[in-house]
Amino acid sequence: MRKQLWILLIIGLVVLAGGIVGMVDRLRFGLLHVGYGSRIPWALWVVFYIYFIGLSAGAFLISSLVYVFRMKRFEPIGRIAVFTALISLITALLFIWVDLGHMERFLEVFYRPAFHSPLVWIVWLYTIYFFLLLAEAWFLMRRSFAHGASQPSFKGTLYRILALGTKEGSPADAERDMRVVRVLGTIGVPLAIAFHGGTGTVFAVTMARPYWYSGLFPILFLASALASGGALLTAVAAFMIPNGYQRHRDLVLGLGQLLLALLFVEVLMEIAEFLVSLYGTAPAHFVPIHEQLYGPYWWVFWIIGLGLAVGVPMIVLATTGRRNPLAVGVVSLISAVAFLAIRWNIVLPGFALPELPGIENAIVEPHLNYLAVYVPSWMEWLVSAFAVGVGLVLFSLGFGLLPLEGEAVPAEG
Amino acid sequence: MPVLTETKSNIVRMHEDLARALQKPVHERHWGMVIDLRKCVGCNACTVACKSENGLPPGVAYNVVIEEEIGRFPNVGRRFLPRPCMQCQKPPCVKVCPVNATYRRPDGVVAIDYNVCIGCRYCLTACPYGARTFDFGEFYTAGHTPEVAAYDTAPSFEYGRMHRRDPENLHESPIGNARKCTFCLHRLDKGMLPACVSICIGRARYFGDLNDPYSLVARMAASPRAMRLKEELGTEPSVYYLP
Repeated sequence: MRKQLWILLIIGLVVLAGGIVGMVDRLRFGLLHVGYGSRIPWALWVVFYIYFIGLSAGAFLISSLVYVFRMKRFEPIGRIAVFTALISLITALLFIWVDLGHMERFLEVFYRPAFHSPLVWIVWLYTIYFFLLLAEAWFLMRRSFAHGASQPSFKGTLYRILALGTKEGSPADAERDMRVVRVLGTIGVPLAIAFHGGTGTVFAVTMARPYWYSGLFPILFLASALASGGALLTAVAAFMIPNGYQRHRDLVLGLGQLLLALLFVEVLMEIAEFLVSLYGTAPAHFVPIHEQLYGPYWWVFWIIGLGLAVGVPMIVLATTGRRNPLAVGVVSLISAVAFLAIRWNIVLPGFALPELPGIENAIVEPHLNYLAVYVPSWMEWLVSAFAVGVGLVLFSLGFGLLPLEGEAVPAEG
Repeated sequence: MPVLTETKSNIVRMHEDLARALQKPVHERHWGMVIDLRKCVGCNACTVACKSENGLPPGVAYNVVIEEEIGRFPNVGRRFLPRPCMQCQKPPCVKVCPVNATYRRPDGVVAIDYNVCIGCRYCLTACPYGARTFDFGEFYTAGHTPEVAAYDTAPSFEYGRMHRRDPENLHESPIGNARKCTFCLHRLDKGMLPACVSICIGRARYFGDLNDPYSLVARMAASPRAMRLKEELGTEPSVYYLP
């Protein structure tokens, strides 16, 4: 494996190993040691969950540029995008799984679903999407598996298994594979819009939280998904492919400009949301925005969100980013990571205002304290490290072992 | 038909109403509550009685009394708003539950099946009244003092079933579940009023079958000054307030 993969793998293993302590606590004591409570029932893990789901949807939608909309310019990133979408999805589901009070009961969502809950819809859509991603990835890499199956190495054995007995076949077979990929990709586009818009809908339908309760919210989710997924893929193209920013200069520059446009849409929606909410005096709309701007987590909004996720990347992409692929790669990486702040500000401000005025003083108990500022506990951070570590390890192993940079898509008219 | 007299105690009257309602099929009952805010003195006896009756751990509260101070010290007045679960007829919490663990019973009470709830807490985010709390597995004494107090491990009899509580096993329901006021269904089944109603020192709470025009609670709910919380949301609470 290449150097950057080893580095990523080692980081992943270290983070994962550190996180095991948190997972042991999680499995032993349930949710006893989390920092959130009934007043803020969804917190850090939900933030991570929508962050990774967004990365998955965004990465997948960008892969569709190659396989559905046939933009040849983005071809080298196609398989990588599908693979990134798969790993992000697995990481996201890991986060939402550990957040359940009864982890052992998650299968109930399949065998006794309540279809009036958007939560059921998205879990079912995630499941369909998961198998679609597996199928699409397999058809993309099938020929490479068959081709490499004869190598006398571990990789050869792995490829022999993954080829599932198929042969490399003729160019006609290759074309058939790509047709299947196109069909799967085409089904995937509305699916990705549905499951990520659906994730926004989970929040948007709760009229108890006026900050979320708007038609803009699911659309805002999609905009954030595309922007964060675009940022991640740009960074992957620049740094995970050896000398990617030099070898695929045009690709990285192109992705950079695409990212600039996506960030612009994101900012536009945020501005719309903020201006409308701040104009009136209704606390239900005003307070959540005010909390973001001036509350104890002001720096999450101003420095990480506005500064690192959006502001600096936009300025760089609009200036040196037009010519300098290295700069594009660096700001994309920063933006992709910093987008976590934007996800934080989607979840937490929803709880800024107590449900009934005065309830904050009515009762103060452990895990039921309206007056305390939510601070994620160590256990929450360690479990998060575990889940992120799992994602990083899977990502670097896949990158090292799978033919993600295989030959280009055969030309088709 | 019950004889209406001025001398009968409201508590006696409500017990009679209750007994009459229990004669009816369950779907013909509509349990409801009326809280007369002029009679509430803010003693929180209801909050404590509820905790005790249902064996609630720290962090789980079905009833709270919200206080508001009017004026500037020392020229102040105080206003109290007891808040049980509203037992909405169109409950937003039920609609979002992904596994039908929480549901509206034919008698109007919103219940939770502890053995089904996956603990996603979607219902907590969806309740406009903050009436649901999550059981994180806290104990008053276990883990804090050398000896575990008896009240910490005392079972709860909600829904007419026995729910044990063991500090050594934090994976047993209702730990890890959403929890809420049940109007003390287990007491109602035995012909007893909810604990908060029985305990109320100001007799501020009225309880009974809203679907029985002769019940005291139905008469109070029909008062022209009766109102409900956040009525504009269309949740149709079964709890009325007399301001």
